[in-house]
Amino acid sequence: MNRDNDKGKILLYRTLYVAFSSIFLLVCLVARLYYLQVIEGEKYKMLADENRIATRILVPPRGRVFDRNGAVLAANEQNFQALIIAEETPSIDQTLEEFKKLVDLSDVQEAKIRREIKNNRRFMPVKLKDNLTFEEVALLQLHAPDLPGVVINEGVNRVYPLGSYTAHFLGYVGAVSDKEAGKDPLLSVPGVKIGKSGLEKVFENRLRGQSGNVKMEVNALGRVMKEIDRQAGTEGQSLNLTIDYRLQKVAQDAFGENSGAAVVLDVHSGEVLAFVSVPSFDPNLFTNGISNKDWQDLLSNERKPLTNKAVAEHYSPGSTFKIVVALAALEAGIINENTTFNCQGVMELGNHKFHCWKHSGHGPLNVVGALKYSCDIFFYEVALRLGIEKIAEMAHLLGFESDYHLGFDNMQKGVIPTKSWKEKHLKSKWQQGETVIAGIGQGYVLVTPMQLAVMLARVVNGGYEVTPTFTKLSLKEKGKIKKLPISEKNIEIVKKGMFEVVNAEGGTARRAYFDINGAKMGGKTGTTQVRRISLKERQTGIIRDENLDWKLRNHALFVGYAPHDKPQYAVAVVVEHGSSGSGVAAPIASQILKAAIELGI
Amino acid sequence: MYQSDFKRELSLKEKLLSINLTYVLCILLLTAIGILTLYSAAGGSMTPWAKNQLLRFLAAFVLMIVFALIDVKVYLKYSYLAYFAVLALLIAVEAFGHIGMGAQRWIDLKIFKLQPSELMKISMVLFLAKYFQTSTLAQIRSIRGIIAPILMALFPTFLIILQPDLGTALMLLFTTVVIFFCVGVQIWKFCAVGGLAVGAMPIAWHFLHDYQKNRVLTFLNPERDPLGSGYHIIQSKIALGSGGIFGKGFLSGTQSHLNFLPEKHTDFIFTMLSEEFGLIGGTFVILLELALIIYGYLFAYRITSYYGKLVVIGLNTNYFLYVFINIAMVLGLLPVVGIPLPLISYGGTAMLSVMASFGIILSMDINRHINLGRQSFGDD
Repeated sequence: MNRDNDKGKILLYRTLYVAFSSIFLLVCLVARLYYLQVIEGEKYKMLADENRIATRILVPPRGRVFDRNGAVLAANEQNFQALIIAEETPSIDQTLEEFKKLVDLSDVQEAKIRREIKNNRRFMPVKLKDNLTFEEVALLQLHAPDLPGVVINEGVNRVYPLGSYTAHFLGYVGAVSDKEAGKDPLLSVPGVKIGKSGLEKVFENRLRGQSGNVKMEVNALGRVMKEIDRQAGTEGQSLNLTIDYRLQKVAQDAFGENSGAAVVLDVHSGEVLAFVSVPSFDPNLFTNGISNKDWQDLLSNERKPLTNKAVAEHYSPGSTFKIVVALAALEAGIINENTTFNCQGVMELGNHKFHCWKHSGHGPLNVVGALKYSCDIFFYEVALRLGIEKIAEMAHLLGFESDYHLGFDNMQKGVIPTKSWKEKHLKSKWQQGETVIAGIGQGYVLVTPMQLAVMLARVVNGGYEVTPTFTKLSLKEKGKIKKLPISEKNIEIVKKGMFEVVNAEGGTARRAYFDINGAKMGGKTGTTQVRRISLKERQTGIIRDENLDWKLRNHALFVGYAPHDKPQYAVAVVVEHGSSGSGVAAPIASQILKAAIELGI
Repeated sequence: MYQSDFKRELSLKEKLLSINLTYVLCILLLTAIGILTLYSAAGGSMTPWAKNQLLRFLAAFVLMIVFALIDVKVYLKYSYLAYFAVLALLIAVEAFGHIGMGAQRWIDLKIFKLQPSELMKISMVLFLAKYFQTSTLAQIRSIRGIIAPILMALFPTFLIILQPDLGTALMLLFTTVVIFFCVGVQIWKFCAVGGLAVGAMPIAWHFLHDYQKNRVLTFLNPERDPLGSGYHIIQSKIALGSGGIFGKGFLSGTQSHLNFLPEKHTDFIFTMLSEEFGLIGGTFVILLELALIIYGYLFAYRITSYYGKLVVIGLNTNYFLYVFINIAMVLGLLPVVGIPLPLISYGGTAMLSVMASFGIILSMDINRHINLGRQSFGDD
């Protein structure tokens, strides 16, 4: 019995160990439960909400763009899409077959759709086709019973009703790139487009609006169970531009097949009334991703339809620059209205000869006559006496070498050379001959069409420092425009010259003359060489421009304003390789100004 | 002898009346909580789980009462027979399973799926209890005296590993080890056997089929199945942790209702319960389980017979392992093994075997005054 007692005792002790260990372990579980639910509880509550709450961003409609009279330049168009929800059709194959009977679907598209259906959850809609026509939508709705799982969804596309007419100032929208995706959650929404160039990009913040969001409870598979919270966003603000689409059309059409740029400004406010860069492109091509072929066509075109020639390309101003030189000389007191120089067709400086475009010479001319006939010798003489620094000073007053903070991509500021400019950029000393050719807007001088328009506006408005703007100025803003230190008397002299260019017998732009109820145009022509004319060619006879390759022909320029008595519009026209300022550019400017007067903007 | 009064057979009515009511009340409470949670898991519906669970429990409850009323001598008499019968079933299942190349672990009895491995947990306890009841302490402390029970324990364990059901095999092994420990086998022997087992593993591995190796590997390293266990345990902690002190309320557990929590009605039911009822609910359930287990040990203490004590200790240990492994698993303390929380998890097999063992425990307690003596021969 003793042994049995021992056996019982051992059983008792050992069982006590086991019993207390078990109790201890279960108490440990309670401690662990406390740790997870109380100490770490908040963390898990957050994780649980992350699990269950999905936020969907509500995309606000992008602000529309109107011209100065309320015509729509950019709008949002309904985009009907056909989607398929795999779990709602008994047979995907059959539904797709029926769908193909009604709407064209290429094999490539079909393969892509099948792939997406396979890769997505069965309740996720997969896009069948974009941009359905109203007929297709009607057809699909009519056959809805045969198309289980197919739903029509309404999205938006950015559309530009005027297409290529507005492309260069409005720009276009496109998908958000990784670099652009910043803090705004809206930009992470698939399908959201933002401004990629032009005013769409400059005014992006105003046009985009504020996104809203919907918080939804989702289950483990991502299926929406219910809406928890909804915050509406705010629509993008619409934009009223200063452009007049009627004038824009006239201006662009006036170029015909030519390539180049034109800018029309209201001379008192700087408002941009028309802004042309041709050839242009259709911005609607970019909305849904441009096809590779269209893109290659645009890139390979030698007339560079993607370049905004009004601000992103610069040219020698040629004789249009004589306005600046004349005003600078008058202001500096080098000449007055009566000062004359005798043009004999050539001027010698050291051992270098400078020719007038008219080899026989113009004879004695004052500043008005020199502008009228665009005499080179007069301006050589004036420039020589004036010096390059005075010319540059006036050029800067009139707005050259500035981009006016317009915000377009790849804007050029142009070049107004000075002695220090040459030393800095070309590491060589300024030559007197360079002042001479700067006097007729050749050499280092480079300007954009926009700058030419601003220059002319500042001259003909009586010397007010207007800057170009695409949005209307308030009266207060107009009142703040500064007067430049240029005398009105001298401005009148230059204007007289510009008036005679067009209206006087023998003026270089006489053919562009018009008279609408007394409203006449003034202006200045310019023709600038693109190639260098060698001494040998000068001796054997200069090759006529029309016999040259397009790319070697002269640029044709014209700056004009109207009405002469009470200037309201200034236009700058550059026709690339247009051969002749008087023959090609001036008629275009004339058409534009005529239209502006007739439209009464 | 004054004890003669208690030694007489009890009548059926007397037996019924001496069933420990607190013990039964704990069982009923746990089951009720389980059914409530299953009702919530189905989104507030008796189907598909709560109603079935209730019916199963009623059947299992009857079984428990029947087992409680069976006389302790009957258990003692058939202890060895039960072991060999279940062992035969195990071999049969392994043989069929092998032919089918699948993991067949059960025999279909329509209402319940009979899992021989579950039965083995009970019959092993009965077998060892009877064996050690007849042994002297000297025998227990000798090597020769424990060779037979060791082999008898290892063979079915090995068969269950092959199924492969490592969870059950380990539970069986643990239960066996606890019994060996309680009867007084020296500690150094456990260490020695442990060492040997570790050493023998590579050799045993060599004899396994490829599909068996694969199953064992997946069990040992759940990362082999990346969307499986790892995801389960993360979601379990999120659901449970987000419940906080008071829980999200009945029928309002977001994580479980939105299906972020996998297996919410079976192995992870404790998580769902804790998400909805919070720390208070979870602790209440653990305390109820603790009460059951403490009661078990109290029974073992007051039972006269060595056999009865051992049976209760063994079955109680088995139940403790169920509870501990399951809850530790959902709390992220143990790797994910497919072990349910008996009485609460949906499913019949575990409930059946656990209720049967409660019945046997109750029977041992009802017959606590009966001294079975050490039925060995020639040693008195």
